[in-house]
Amino acid sequence: MSTVDNSVSGAVPGAPAPRRQPAWLELWPVQALLFLALLVAVWAVTEALNLVIPAYQGQILLFTGINVIITLGLNLITGVTGQLSLGHAAFMAIGAYAAAICTVSLHLPFALALLLGGLVAALFGVVLGFPTLRLSGDYLAIATLGFAEIVRVVNTNLKITNGAIGYYGIQKRVDLPLVAMLAVAAVAAMAWLENSRNGRAMRSVREDEIAATASGVNTTFYKIQAFAVGAFFAGVGGGLYAHTTTFIQPTDFGFLKSVEQLSMVVLGGMGSIAGTVLGTIVLTAAPELLRFMSNYRMLVYGATLIVLMIFRPGGLLGGVDLRDAVRRALMLGRSRTVRTSVGGDGQ
Amino acid sequence: MAQFLQQMVNGLALGSIYALIALGYTMVYGIIALINFAYGEIYMFGAFTGLFLVLTWKANLYLAIFGAMAFTTVLGLVVERVAYRPLRRSRNAGRLSALISAIGASIFLSTLMVLLHGPATTGFPTLFQNRNFVLGGASISLYQILIIGVSALLMVGLDLFVRYTKTGRAMRALSQDADAAALMGVNTDLMIAITFAIGSALAGAAGVLAGIYFNAVQPYMGLMAGLKAFAAAVLGGIGSIPGAVVGGLLIGLAEIMGVAAKLSDWKDAFAFAILILVLLVKPSGLLGRSIIKKV
Repeated sequence: MSTVDNSVSGAVPGAPAPRRQPAWLELWPVQALLFLALLVAVWAVTEALNLVIPAYQGQILLFTGINVIITLGLNLITGVTGQLSLGHAAFMAIGAYAAAICTVSLHLPFALALLLGGLVAALFGVVLGFPTLRLSGDYLAIATLGFAEIVRVVNTNLKITNGAIGYYGIQKRVDLPLVAMLAVAAVAAMAWLENSRNGRAMRSVREDEIAATASGVNTTFYKIQAFAVGAFFAGVGGGLYAHTTTFIQPTDFGFLKSVEQLSMVVLGGMGSIAGTVLGTIVLTAAPELLRFMSNYRMLVYGATLIVLMIFRPGGLLGGVDLRDAVRRALMLGRSRTVRTSVGGDGQ
Repeated sequence: MAQFLQQMVNGLALGSIYALIALGYTMVYGIIALINFAYGEIYMFGAFTGLFLVLTWKANLYLAIFGAMAFTTVLGLVVERVAYRPLRRSRNAGRLSALISAIGASIFLSTLMVLLHGPATTGFPTLFQNRNFVLGGASISLYQILIIGVSALLMVGLDLFVRYTKTGRAMRALSQDADAAALMGVNTDLMIAITFAIGSALAGAAGVLAGIYFNAVQPYMGLMAGLKAFAAAVLGGIGSIPGAVVGGLLIGLAEIMGVAAKLSDWKDAFAFAILILVLLVKPSGLLGRSIIKKV
């Protein structure tokens, strides 16, 4: 395995490589403390923000946070592991319905419901991950799309989800500080996962599946793992969504939702956490900012996707190493020029 | 038995429409490995063009179909030129960028139609008196004969075109090896444009036929039809022209059989359930070539 780690890490910005951090920063208790401090800071800032910001803007921020959690999951599946998914909204739907049923019918605590929603979605992620054993590329994409459509039709016809009428009576349990802290935790978890041995193995699956297999990476295992973790994030995000809107219906999680989530990941820059966050912020805010154009806004939205892809095909942050850019801006250390690759052109 | 035969006829008619759209997906995919997500919208535009021609110019059936095909051909060329070709030229544009661009085009076109027409569903005016013929216990309507007939005609025409013309041969060469074809003097950009044009024309014809058959035209009709046709193309083995026809007919038949079995609430799931089951058994689709990846 160690050979794999070395060969792959060359393409990973911010993995082992020349950069040196002070040794004490790499101790896990220090990192855990820093992370806790960050969460507290985020909580304090958003709690304060919650007081001054108008309700409408607060709502947009809330949805941005939820979307970040969901798209980070998709980024792991599609951006990092390279398995094109056109059905991410299905995991969100599963998490949303599971969490809602947990709190409304089973009277479980909200936190437990969120966790269960994520876990149920992850279970389905594993179930859907199995076809990836045999399918690749566009065949996988259409299978995920089909899966999402089937989930939508099943949700429309089951009694427990209240069918096409939609599931209502969910309590609003979500506020901005909670979502902000979870979103930050999601970013941290993703950063940690991507720079771990598992993350490097997933990246190697994307770069060259045959080479990865030849180097002893169990590609099937890592593909399913990516689907499970990605689905978990979407499930948690779905639970948050259900407890924000207090009402969910099967059409909330249709094909267009999956497409929207994929656009966020690709627009920001595939496989990049910062890119995914940026793409999500831009595409969550864009329809709201364009609201003054009323009927024309989706027209502009569609045209923007085309134009952006023509001028920045790798995404907004595609090919930009954010850590490097920040470091250069702060004049810290020496700059490295590692390109974040989007499939294929790794070295 | 008569009941079964009847459902076969209905399924065949529906399947022909799916097959026509699926042909466009499969041809474009076969040549540049791009899922043209704007296809459903081109089909939708075809239906609206037909409707417009009939309503304002009192066009007859043939004129409506030809007019729609002509318009969608142009539309397909424009979409290719604006949304796909620049990405093909760009060195670091991956396949996913093209996919997102296609999705952008799809959103743009459906919103455009909402702005032009409004989101409401419009019925298709009666072009000719529908009649039923009884054939061995099953009744087949004139509409169904029309749909199956026109689809069959277009498919046979396409097959002959791809097999026996110089352009068709160039297209096949391109799908086998784009670089080698370019070296042999095939104008790849032109061939890709022609492929888009042909596929779009077929989608336009399918749009008018569907508008007449279902007596309903609306701006979002392209989404579900497009997804199912894409499923049909993959089911038959994407890139394979006979595969698209087989896949389309199968999905049409499966849907009608499902409805006949009183499962119409689950109708939209059938196409995809069948697709996933087939892919699990035969990952490259029914008639697709399996690609062995070599290092």
